[in-house]
Amino acid sequence: MVDSATVDDICARHGDAPDALIEVLHDVQEALGFLPEEALARIAHRLNLSRAEVHGVASFYHDFRLRPGGRVTLRLCRAEACQAMGAEALIEAVSRRLGAAPGTVSAAGVAVEHVYCLGNCALAPAAMVGDRLIGRATPEAIAARLADAGV
Amino acid sequence: MRFYVPCDSAAVSVGADDVAAWLAAQGHEVVRTSSRGMFWLEPLVEIDSSEGRLGFGPVTPGDRLEDRALGPVAEIPFLKNQERLIFARAGLTRPLSLEDYEAHGGLAALRAARAMTPDEICRQIEESGLRGRGGAGFPAGIKWRTVLERPGPKFVVCNADEGDSGSFADRMVMEGDPFLLIEGMAIAARATGAERGFVYIRSEYPAAIARMRAAIATMRDAGWLDGFELSVRRGAGAYICGEETAMLESLEGRRGTVRAKPPIPAVSGLFGRPTLIHNVLTLAAVPWIVTNGAAAYRALGRGRSTGTQPFQLAGNIARGGLVEKAFGVTLRELVEDFGGGTATGRPLRAVQIGGPLGAYVSAAMLDLPMDYEALAEAGAMLGHGGIVVFDDSVDMARMARFAFEFCEIESCGKCTPCRIGAVRGRETVERILRGQDVARNIALIEDLAEVMRDGSLCAMGGLTPMPVLSAIRLFPEDFDRAPRAAAE
Repeated sequence: MVDSATVDDICARHGDAPDALIEVLHDVQEALGFLPEEALARIAHRLNLSRAEVHGVASFYHDFRLRPGGRVTLRLCRAEACQAMGAEALIEAVSRRLGAAPGTVSAAGVAVEHVYCLGNCALAPAAMVGDRLIGRATPEAIAARLADAGV
Repeated sequence: MRFYVPCDSAAVSVGADDVAAWLAAQGHEVVRTSSRGMFWLEPLVEIDSSEGRLGFGPVTPGDRLEDRALGPVAEIPFLKNQERLIFARAGLTRPLSLEDYEAHGGLAALRAARAMTPDEICRQIEESGLRGRGGAGFPAGIKWRTVLERPGPKFVVCNADEGDSGSFADRMVMEGDPFLLIEGMAIAARATGAERGFVYIRSEYPAAIARMRAAIATMRDAGWLDGFELSVRRGAGAYICGEETAMLESLEGRRGTVRAKPPIPAVSGLFGRPTLIHNVLTLAAVPWIVTNGAAAYRALGRGRSTGTQPFQLAGNIARGGLVEKAFGVTLRELVEDFGGGTATGRPLRAVQIGGPLGAYVSAAMLDLPMDYEALAEAGAMLGHGGIVVFDDSVDMARMARFAFEFCEIESCGKCTPCRIGAVRGRETVERILRGQDVARNIALIEDLAEVMRDGSLCAMGGLTPMPVLSAIRLFPEDFDRAPRAAAE
């Protein structure tokens, strides 16, 4: 059951403004880990939007999760600059090591995701664990950062 | 002893925080500055000396610094041969110190602009020849004048949804010199009569978001915003929101779908009001122009491409980083003289200029001068100035497949040529990869490319053919596949 006080607080902090919907969704996801159906309904009510509008936005953007994610998110860049430095092989090696392909969650709770550019293209290939950016990423460096994050 | 260690997230991504902690643990004073943008040397630490700052890098905790000595940093050719206007402070100042910013020339433009009329400021921008750095290269002055002449309320929006692979200059400005962007926006607001502004930053840049928020608060508290209400809005992982009308939809709290133009945003933009939209680098060029004058800016560059462009050397490159040069520098100078060739040491085979929608060029085309017109003539585009280098291990047919796949993933879905074309294009390249009816399928792609180019609502579908067709034209041998077993 979603604590509607949390959602209400977040909406109130953004003045219940419908144009702040994306900020609200980010904050609610940060607080709850994902965006449960009841939370979306509550946001729609607070921001005076239809549930369809809120669902439409939540499902459009890659950042938003409508189901529980992992304990930590690992983003692996596969844009061109990283491909030029072997990103595809890195992604394969990391996925094998974690036992989780991009788009899935590993047994240890790592949500593995593809991403298209982390803005670290001079130090490719790039990856990100939570908010921590990794340059010249290797399977070992990624494993070390995941260990720092407790998995 | 005092050490300067960058806090830029690229520097941190290869261990700058660890180096800072190691130096601090030895009792040294550590000052966290922005990065020079010489990323192959990161973590690059610097000390003061009678010859200016001396550099050491790349440093790992426990290193003997003498072994990493680079000499006077300003004398490193990569830096010395640049013309840095926007990035003049890179590596020198603490990003959130307004005092540092002012001591290195900051706020002079805003101070001058306060004594100018909106018309005078707009005239400066018009006469400078400044063009939008987001990719389209549209003359900035025309936008400013259009917004100025409309009734309020009006907006200034900074498009900081830097999603192009190979681009990191916006991130460096926001993380390393946030007051510069805010100063540019405050001047733009004054010149156009806008009361409200937004910086729309992609969520992949958490450090930039945090620093911009803090810097805006500092500028506001110090009284520099004169009532201009500026705030940060986060994107949510949609490449299409770098397209200006999709960004406006996102700022209004909706799905990032593209709007048909006209009306242009300068007439009817955010919430239907006149809106000045610029990329980070366009707004960051404004303070220099106001301080030094339009003529000084025009004196740099080539033809109708005036001033400087921050080029970003990325991918398979020995010396990756930021090179700000006047327009007209050749691709060879950038990739070979500044960049030092490929990181792997293998022959350079292809370069993609201007992000995932930009053309590929071959090693034979390196003498291309980098300006809007010359690149357009060569069937390429500058985009946001990202330059991604590939060595001879690249398979250009796979890169063509990737261009369609990227469009398929990131298309907003509003128009059919883009939404369906991307999928059909990927499938068709996959047939070529299997060696199936190659000639017929290439003809099919050329036909599809025309539909996407002419029929898409925005540059996403309209330009996806650019990397695909350039790859087919310049690297036909990669598409000439022998038939393979159907199982693949």
